[in-house]
Amino acid sequence: MSLILILEQVLNGLQFGVMLFLMAAGLTLVFGVMGLINLAHGALYMVGAFAAAAVAGATGSFLLALVASLAAAAAAGALVEVTVIRRLYDRDHLDQVLATFALILIFSEGTRWVFGSFPLFLDVPEYLSGPVTLPGGIKYPLYRLTIIAIGLVVGAGLFWLIARTRIGIQIRAGEADREMIAALGVDISKLYTLVFALGAALAGLAGALVGAIQSVQVGMGEPVLILAFVVIVIGGIGSIKGALVGALLVGLTDTLGGVFLPLLFALMMEPATATSLGASLASMLIYILMALVLLVRPSGLFGGSA
Amino acid sequence: MKALKSLALATAVSALALGAQADTKIGMITTLSGGGAGLGVDVRDGFMLAIEAAGRDDVEVVIEDDQRKPESAVQIADQMIQSEKVDIMTGIIWSNLAMAVVPSATAQGVFYLSPNAGPSVLAGKRCHQNYFNVAWQNDNLHEAAGAYANDAGLKNSYILAPNYPAGKDALTGYKRMYDGGLAGETYTKLGQTDYAAEIAQIRASGADSVYFFLPGGMGISFLKQYADSGVDLPVVGPAFSFDQGILQAVGAAALGVKNTSQWNKDLDNAANATFVSAFQEKYGRLPSLYASQGYDTANLILSALDKADVKDQDAFRAALQAAEFDSVRGDFKFGPNNHPVQNIYVREVIQEGDVFTNKIVATGLSNHADAYAAECNM
Amino acid sequence: MTRERLINAALLASLLGVPLLAWQMDEPFVITLATKVAILALAGVGLNIALGLGGLVSLGHAAFFGIGGYAMGILAAHAQNYEPLFTWPFLFEGSNQMPLIWLVAVVASALAALVIGALSLRTSGVYFIMITLAFGQMLYYFAISWSAYGGEDGLSIWVRNEMPGLNTLDPIQFFAIAFAVLAMALWFSARLARSPFGLALSASRQTAERVETVGLTPFKLRLVAFVISGAITGLAGALFADLNRFVSPTMLSWHTSGEIMIFVILGGVGRLYAPLLGAAVYILLEHLLGGISEYWQIFLGLLLLIMVLFAKGGLIGLIAGREVAHD
Repeated sequence: MSLILILEQVLNGLQFGVMLFLMAAGLTLVFGVMGLINLAHGALYMVGAFAAAAVAGATGSFLLALVASLAAAAAAGALVEVTVIRRLYDRDHLDQVLATFALILIFSEGTRWVFGSFPLFLDVPEYLSGPVTLPGGIKYPLYRLTIIAIGLVVGAGLFWLIARTRIGIQIRAGEADREMIAALGVDISKLYTLVFALGAALAGLAGALVGAIQSVQVGMGEPVLILAFVVIVIGGIGSIKGALVGALLVGLTDTLGGVFLPLLFALMMEPATATSLGASLASMLIYILMALVLLVRPSGLFGGSA
Repeated sequence: MKALKSLALATAVSALALGAQADTKIGMITTLSGGGAGLGVDVRDGFMLAIEAAGRDDVEVVIEDDQRKPESAVQIADQMIQSEKVDIMTGIIWSNLAMAVVPSATAQGVFYLSPNAGPSVLAGKRCHQNYFNVAWQNDNLHEAAGAYANDAGLKNSYILAPNYPAGKDALTGYKRMYDGGLAGETYTKLGQTDYAAEIAQIRASGADSVYFFLPGGMGISFLKQYADSGVDLPVVGPAFSFDQGILQAVGAAALGVKNTSQWNKDLDNAANATFVSAFQEKYGRLPSLYASQGYDTANLILSALDKADVKDQDAFRAALQAAEFDSVRGDFKFGPNNHPVQNIYVREVIQEGDVFTNKIVATGLSNHADAYAAECNM
Repeated sequence: MTRERLINAALLASLLGVPLLAWQMDEPFVITLATKVAILALAGVGLNIALGLGGLVSLGHAAFFGIGGYAMGILAAHAQNYEPLFTWPFLFEGSNQMPLIWLVAVVASALAALVIGALSLRTSGVYFIMITLAFGQMLYYFAISWSAYGGEDGLSIWVRNEMPGLNTLDPIQFFAIAFAVLAMALWFSARLARSPFGLALSASRQTAERVETVGLTPFKLRLVAFVISGAITGLAGALFADLNRFVSPTMLSWHTSGEIMIFVILGGVGRLYAPLLGAAVYILLEHLLGGISEYWQIFLGLLLLIMVLFAKGGLIGLIAGREVAHD
């Protein structure tokens, strides 16, 4: 295997990781600030993708589609926060799991009711399609590079938001001591709605970005949701830095494992068995990674308190 | 349940009005909710189109959603057999669900006609006289693709499929007919959505063509990413990833791709013309492969009912086996294991106005029977 | 007799009464549904020992449910195909006898629970939820690609396994088996809750320090509870596979874990009979709503949502009031 191919696979792993980060950031923020496990986060990802596909279909503009995905997911997020989620903050995790599981059912079948049972079309815009040649002769799709860039910009923006702005200070204070910031006159319920909508918008953006190169269909959020949970658990729940590191770790492990394990096994056994066995182990790899991390550090890489 | 009851009531009333008539009850288990619902909806719509066109009030169809869960499919089957006392069952889309339902249904004396899934075990070792497959044995379309690859002079294919039984059958089927070499063989994760790593492998492998079996959303994702990657090797696949239902979601990325299918809307026969226009009129969309299979299944049942009462199992079975109905595929007959012997065509994805669709460009295999018939002892 | 006890008695009586009535009226499918309720309730009883008694929120109980299912599938598949399962140290051709299958299912899932529990119990809170989920997913992907036993297609068993003295293919007799096992499990878990072990476990759920000061280690208590819990859920898995005469990786998917958990929460966490009521209501809803609309899951979701938001303490809590039998 050539060095170029290996580098290309590393890029693929990074791109997958960055996409996971967009999902995981919202999830970890909501958990860190409000202490809520939100299984319906994947549904918001789906809402973003469907909104983008609908708007792109109607207007033909990819930028408008991205804006629509942010707006639709944020609006859906704010709506569920106000009607359902805010009643769950002082409940235990069990009630949260059940209620957000119910939200998945409602969102999935509701989307199918509105958009029908067939996948929707959303494509990479003309100006971002096709490969570019990187230094070293790697041919890599421009759109995937764009996803990496957008993800990194959003990541930087989040760090800035939390470290440098007034809202960020309130969010951090809210994580540390809920009663105190309420006593200081911060409207905590507005803050919570805002944080939830922000997380939803990020998920929606991820859905739209990914929807252009994958399939926009009902249920698309669930596999990603599980991966996002793996990411935040590895990174330490509540930590944006942890989400970033965890996302890249999972992205690289999954991509490189899928490529190299079958090759590794092929050194030891006949090719047909090796590809099959390697693929089996590769699909379990990130869960093995997660179990290993938790065994060494029971609250994740950057987690303070569970 | 309510919809179901009222349907039953309506037919009961009409049967009463007509006097004593031998009612035939058909149970359809198919996927109508969740991610894979598009296929089930198509099979159901195609099936019901034929039933309604026949206008027979002695045939009753009971439809239930299996949610693509084998466990629910088994339970619905039990309900249909034990409580509804159906005579004929049909509708299942997925092989794993068929494997869960078919053996016990046929063992309980019910006819099962498969409108989509055709796992190899049911064609071979566990074939049954009451089990008829109206679509294809799972390997068939892949075999045709392998044969087409030879005709097209392809010598070095990169092949990939998900790591589950149908995926392994697919690659086995392709290799059974294909004479060239393999640039690579990859099993992907079931439900995988990102194929960047596999596409990079393909680019580096020196292949002259790509064959893939990735049903549903997996295929959409793969094709869009493949088109965007700049790799421009010819792609061949079975019809599942290029069918009417999902082609619009793939868009221009699929243009020109060759795919294998036993049916297409431009097949030139009267039954097909009627089917395509009636389906479009009733449902406002082009029919898919799955819809054509549902339609054929219903017409096969109706043709057998014209000849024999379903309660007379031997006569009814002989009538099914004779397959004297106007198939939308043109010629259609059953082999000794009750699986189709049929032509499998090569289609090319084209654009007609705004709509992406297929046209037939060649015949992959003529009068093709499956490879498992010899293992079947009925 | 408290109100909760009355409710429990009524629940058990109706679970027994409805299928008997259906048997009289020759409605075999109702019996099948009741059997399903009994078996899934059994899985819930297992989970409830970890969840209600031990406070261990496991989102990976599908692993044990599936292991139980595969224990049945593998043993029965070898028996029906006359292919020995292993020939060393002695010849073993699989089995289609329920008692032996149950034993294997219980032992296998208990062992799995021992390993998974020993590793997972080092974490707590959300991390525990997620690490159990991870172990479940590992087994799920393993089963999908395990081609020797059908992979995603699963394993079909042509006839139900045998129970000495009974005809298991007769729905009412198979129901009787499932009901008897459920009743025993309920009795066992009631005894367990009142035993010194159960009391210590309950105490360690509320304040771990309290049990530590009397010289017990919460880790050991929890691990034992987790193993018992996994073993009961595994037994349910073997029965469920026998009900369907089929086992597949879906039994191991995280949806299954979620559903078992929903039974428990719906009924009321920590209530002994919660899984029974929860499973009965859920299956009834699934069955009834399915006929109303293609989009029935929306209504199921809405009902679940209303239930969580407004019926704190689950259905039993709603009917029986806030009093809790064991806590």
